[in-house]
Amino acid sequence: MPMKEPMIESPLARLTPEQIEEIGREFDAIHDEVFNSLGERDARYIRSIIALHRQLALLSRAILLGSRYKPAWLLGTSVLGIAKILENMEIGHNVMHGQWDWMNDPKINSANWDWDSASTPEAWKHSHNYVHHTFTNIRGKDIDLGYEIMRIDPHQPWHPVYLAQPFYNVLLAAFFEWGVAFHDLDLEALKKGEKSKEQLLKELKGMGGKAWRQILKDYIAFPLLSGPGGFKQTLTANFTANLIRNFWAYAIIFCGHFPDQCYTFSQEETENETRGGFYVRQLLGAANIEGSPVFHVMAGNLGYQVEHHIFPDMPSSRYAQIAPKVKDICERYGLPYNSGRLGKQFGTVQRTILRLAFPGGEPRPKPGAYRPEDAPVQGRPLIAV
Amino acid sequence: MPESGAPVKMSPLVAGALKVLEKFTSPLSPDDYFALINPLWSTRETLGRIDRVHRETDDSTTVYITPGFRWGGHRPGQYLRVGFDIDGKRHWRAYSLSSDQDRPDHKLTLTVKRKDDGVVSPWVNDPRNLGSLVVLGAVEGEFVLPEPPPGKILFVTAGSGITPVMAMLQALDRTDALPDVVHVHSSRTGDDSIFGAEIDALHERPNGYRLVRRITSTEGRAEPAHLDELCPDWRERQTYACGPGALLDALTDHFRAEGLEDRLHVESFEHFVMGSGTGEGGEVTLSATGTQVTCDGTTPILVAAEAAGAELPFGCRMGICHTCTGLLEHGTVRDLRTGETTQAGKEIRTCVNSPDGPVTLKL
Ligand SMILES: Cc1cc2nc3c(=O)[nH]c(=O)nc-3n(C[C@H](O)[C@H](O)[C@H](O)COP(=O)(O)OP(=O)(O)OC[C@H]3O[C@@H](n4cnc5c(N)ncnc54)[C@H](O)[C@@H]3O)c2cc1C
Ligand code: FES
Repeated sequence: MPMKEPMIESPLARLTPEQIEEIGREFDAIHDEVFNSLGERDARYIRSIIALHRQLALLSRAILLGSRYKPAWLLGTSVLGIAKILENMEIGHNVMHGQWDWMNDPKINSANWDWDSASTPEAWKHSHNYVHHTFTNIRGKDIDLGYEIMRIDPHQPWHPVYLAQPFYNVLLAAFFEWGVAFHDLDLEALKKGEKSKEQLLKELKGMGGKAWRQILKDYIAFPLLSGPGGFKQTLTANFTANLIRNFWAYAIIFCGHFPDQCYTFSQEETENETRGGFYVRQLLGAANIEGSPVFHVMAGNLGYQVEHHIFPDMPSSRYAQIAPKVKDICERYGLPYNSGRLGKQFGTVQRTILRLAFPGGEPRPKPGAYRPEDAPVQGRPLIAV
Repeated sequence: MPESGAPVKMSPLVAGALKVLEKFTSPLSPDDYFALINPLWSTRETLGRIDRVHRETDDSTTVYITPGFRWGGHRPGQYLRVGFDIDGKRHWRAYSLSSDQDRPDHKLTLTVKRKDDGVVSPWVNDPRNLGSLVVLGAVEGEFVLPEPPPGKILFVTAGSGITPVMAMLQALDRTDALPDVVHVHSSRTGDDSIFGAEIDALHERPNGYRLVRRITSTEGRAEPAHLDELCPDWRERQTYACGPGALLDALTDHFRAEGLEDRLHVESFEHFVMGSGTGEGGEVTLSATGTQVTCDGTTPILVAAEAAGAELPFGCRMGICHTCTGLLEHGTVRDLRTGETTQAGKEIRTCVNSPDGPVTLKL
């Protein structure tokens, strides 16, 4: 897709090559410090979150056996929604990033993990772990920028179809897992000839398998367990739980890169990028969401999107711990530390989607260098490791 | 992908029931939910729990492990790989089973000598780990007595090398089938001998077992040359030896010099012992990089490739862990321990195989 030239100066351009190198070394040191200290407490954390998900899932399915009664329907649906969120965000996303591979446990490993979502692990690991995390916010390379169907950056040329984006935006939110799964197929790569028809067929089959297993479980097997009087209620409960999970995942993920604060990059800007340059691009291209410790666990610690993008394979429970060090680097090098509360971040994303449905648009004003005195006080992490 | 424990053998009925349950638990397995009740109920990999810890000597401990499912059996003398979760990380090591398969309590025992700078052996020797779960790999190893056992046996053991032999002795004793057995066992002092009390007691009882103890701190190490004195008829016996690598190498040379190598069976905890069959050697091609290496018939492919600057994966370097495996695409290789050959189309371990003519490996 042809892109217009930069409309806003990126902080990356202000740094000297020496400074970028130094930043690279500082981030590497943070990485090593955490990885050298991983141990029993970290292992206990992920095992307890995994156990919590399974207990909640069991509990909700048991409650929904009585879904014909309103209160049971409400309670069961909520608990199932929470369980599904935990499973996707703090567990599935992070395990498949390889954050827990250091444990050497085949049951909690990126090579073996499968999640309750429409994307197959293989397709998702390619399009998310590889394409998105490597080419983050590089226009024309990061296919997560607008998910190929939205105009989310003013550099993207306008087309009348974008007039409809405020509507299909809502659809995408409701059926986010399916949107992501189709997106993972990367039809663009097929058009460019980088992907064979056989490969696509294989991936479609994988997706079909995942779809069938979800339908069988949530819309046939469990509703049947609830008996004739409860079939329809359990079905709607499960459907609603999937909707809750999809809306939540959509909200957290859209707030990760599309708030006003985030920068995008041209391909020229990122040519011959060094390790330090990679870190700075991740820092500029991601945005955090502030919230309570429980919020962070429910968000899969993607409230620390900045830290996650700098170190995608670091156990998520450690992001809270390194956040002050990242901010310190931002302060010393005059870099922004993109962050805001959920309401604010979500609001700016939705405003952009509305505005860019129409022609034109400018990049939003950026906050400038991080200053600790402006920053809100962060809560203590739920589980300090 | 990290190493897994051995899969549990299930009846078709149970396997079928699990398949149905899986429709409800997908993409997780029913196992994942059973684990909430009892983690030992894993059918994906065999788990065991350390249910008793018994101090053998100052620096060695026997742990009694209850497997999650009825033990599938092993032959005395065999070993298995065991995964230990230590400080959040899983570590795999090989241990000989010091128990035979017919224990009435269905427990397995491992007897582990503490290596102070080690990772796993100090952990096993720490009584606080009673109750911990461990992952049990598949049973392996050729260091076993044939069926029926030979009429005349010589065991040569030193230090913790007694563990696989203890399993054999228990099995022979359990069936009252102790034939004519001479056991030469070395330990540093009388007190620090693992299973010292057990073998002394066996020696006292009327049976075909005769124990020759060697205290190395006062009498010096046992050498193969001492065999004529310690067990004059050793040439007529099938000999099973387990102990330090140097002892096993010396025994191998000694038996070979006498032309009796087929009467010697060894198990090493440290390195592999060269068998008599050497390959022809040949050119090794590593197809991933196109690297070519010349390897003679007595050198493992791994060693030759490393000497030529290639970086290949490895773990134990003695044919135990399978970290070093690669697909043999063309040619034939020979296992330096046993002399057995493997043809193209199979996964081979580069640490114990050398080429028999030109070979290509997918590595
Ligand atoms: C067939 C067999 C049977 C054995 N039976 C017994 C027995 O009955 N009793 C007994 O006490 N010992 C036995 N051993 C030795 C045992 O496997 C361990 O080597 C020993 O207990 C020391 O382990 P450690 O972790 O304390 O020492 P470490 O020094 O930590 O490890 C010892 C060896 O394990 C390997 N190793 C270490 N770290 C890693 C790693 N990260 N990845 C892969 N490999 C690694 C290396 O080869 C190292 O030399 C046996 C070994 C073999 C091969
Ligand atoms: S390195 Fe362990 S089997 Fe070869």
